Amino acid sequence: MNISNFLVMRHEIILLVLILFMLVLEVFTTTKNKKKLINVAIGLFLIHTIIGFFPQETASLFGGSFKTYGLVHFFKNVLNFGVLIILLQSADWLRDKVAAYNKIPEFFILLFSSLLGMYFMISSGDFLMFYIGLELSTLPLIALIAYNSHDQRATEAGIKMILSAALASAISLFGISMLYATGGSLYFESIATSLHESNLAIFGMVLFFAGIGFKISLAPFHFWTADVYEGAPTQITSYLSVISKGAAVFILMIILFTVLPVLNETWKIVVYIVAIATMFTGNLFALRQQNMKRFLAYSSIAQAGFMLMGIINADELGISTVVFFVLIYIFSNLGAFGVVQAIINQTGKENMEDYKGLYRTNPMLSLVLLLALFSLAGIPPIAGFFGKFFLYTAAAQKGYFILVFIAVVNVTISLYYYLLPVRAMFLETSENPIPYFKSKNMMRAGLLLTVVGVLILGLYSPLYGYIVELSKNIINPDLLTYLAK
Amino acid sequence: MIENISIYELLTVSTILFFIGLYGFLTRKNLIAMMMAIELLLNAAVINFVVINKYLFPDMLQGVYFSIFIIAVAAAETALAISIIINLYRLKTSVAITETETMKY
Repeated sequence: MNISNFLVMRHEIILLVLILFMLVLEVFTTTKNKKKLINVAIGLFLIHTIIGFFPQETASLFGGSFKTYGLVHFFKNVLNFGVLIILLQSADWLRDKVAAYNKIPEFFILLFSSLLGMYFMISSGDFLMFYIGLELSTLPLIALIAYNSHDQRATEAGIKMILSAALASAISLFGISMLYATGGSLYFESIATSLHESNLAIFGMVLFFAGIGFKISLAPFHFWTADVYEGAPTQITSYLSVISKGAAVFILMIILFTVLPVLNETWKIVVYIVAIATMFTGNLFALRQQNMKRFLAYSSIAQAGFMLMGIINADELGISTVVFFVLIYIFSNLGAFGVVQAIINQTGKENMEDYKGLYRTNPMLSLVLLLALFSLAGIPPIAGFFGKFFLYTAAAQKGYFILVFIAVVNVTISLYYYLLPVRAMFLETSENPIPYFKSKNMMRAGLLLTVVGVLILGLYSPLYGYIVELSKNIINPDLLTYLAK
Repeated sequence: MIENISIYELLTVSTILFFIGLYGFLTRKNLIAMMMAIELLLNAAVINFVVINKYLFPDMLQGVYFSIFIIAVAAAETALAISIIINLYRLKTSVAITETETMKY
């Protein structure tokens, strides 16, 4: 085996080198100079992001355990871009708040390790690689949630997250063992052909779905979401809500479409029910939230319900719409979280009441938040509308008109609560509004990127065409004809 | 393979273990006890993998390999959980689940 074959794992290798480099740097920097590491780490990650855009051919390694193809490559770049925005937004927080506790390098090491796990998870070709990737992405993330170890809320969030994550992964493992019993292998390709519809296989699929549904915070498994989002540092909350959720949705979709097409009659029912339940829980609970982080947590649960609408399509259209929606969702949610964390860093206020009169004191920040919330709600000229619109077409193409109707009802509910902060910012006045403050350059760059993304992504149609092109031939056509017999 | 014992008995054991773990997880009030329940759940999955591999597909060792990885990852998971629980103990001098109720609804 030629050593250059490993260049297929270019993303993973570069990120691993980055992690090791940060470890070495942390040893050899004095406490005084640790702040300089922030710029070094962000610069190196920017280089990694740029290198990631070089094209990559379809290939597989380790006997098919690790696969990479156009869509996976594209999705890794999307994740990179999201993480880059998060790093830009968190630079000030690290410099001002964390430096006193002397644990800046850990933030980068843990965040990059978690991202590495997501790479392995989305390009996995068997259940072993999938499981290891899932755990590698979850465990460093939990350490980051409990990062502010002096803060009781962060510790509480960490405990809630690790208990639910461990339970979910155990349940999903039990399900995988049943799929192994019926499929006779752990490799996705062999399972896809040898699996037959049986009660054991269905039970395994349901348990597996429950395990990964926890990561996406789908409706019956969403109870950890609001508490963890509230307790964790805001930077980590935004990572949890976009990167972690996006990667999990992607791999769930790939596994359902390519590994378990035999059970598609069954999992469509599961996805149908869970999608409706998720949309309603997310939207109805979001109505009564006062804390902005909890509010965005429930909004992200509702968005996950919309993503399932693309999955129910079970076809190439489903794949392209979900990937496109996740891409837009990353930009709009990072915009909203960026403004929330800018305000928390500056004033420590995170309630909706504190946002009253924000437009008069901080017009730019409130405009960014306005755009992000409009995009999440799906108001026409902004990207979020097109993302949702394509998801509706994906569900309607297969005749799920009732689901589309319920989704439209949910969008109407969501409009109400997305406009609550907007009303507070623009129409209401307050005795003591948040005073004017100037964000640092990094934070500005991070917010600007989200605004540009939200404004351009929906209107720049070649991008969607590119995603459609990438999602062709992911579902093996031979397999479909084989199943039809 | 064990003589005179079929796959049904072994899978029954692992399923019972799984549900004991689930019951324990839902009813315990102590965080350490909850972690023990999680270990039971993971061990049920490990037994499943080994038994299915040995009885149904003995020509390849996929299930056995998988079980080794599960044990290793479970150790990492427990280490992380214990460290967070110890941190809670430092802050509140208690490891009861009732201490983690400041954020609700």
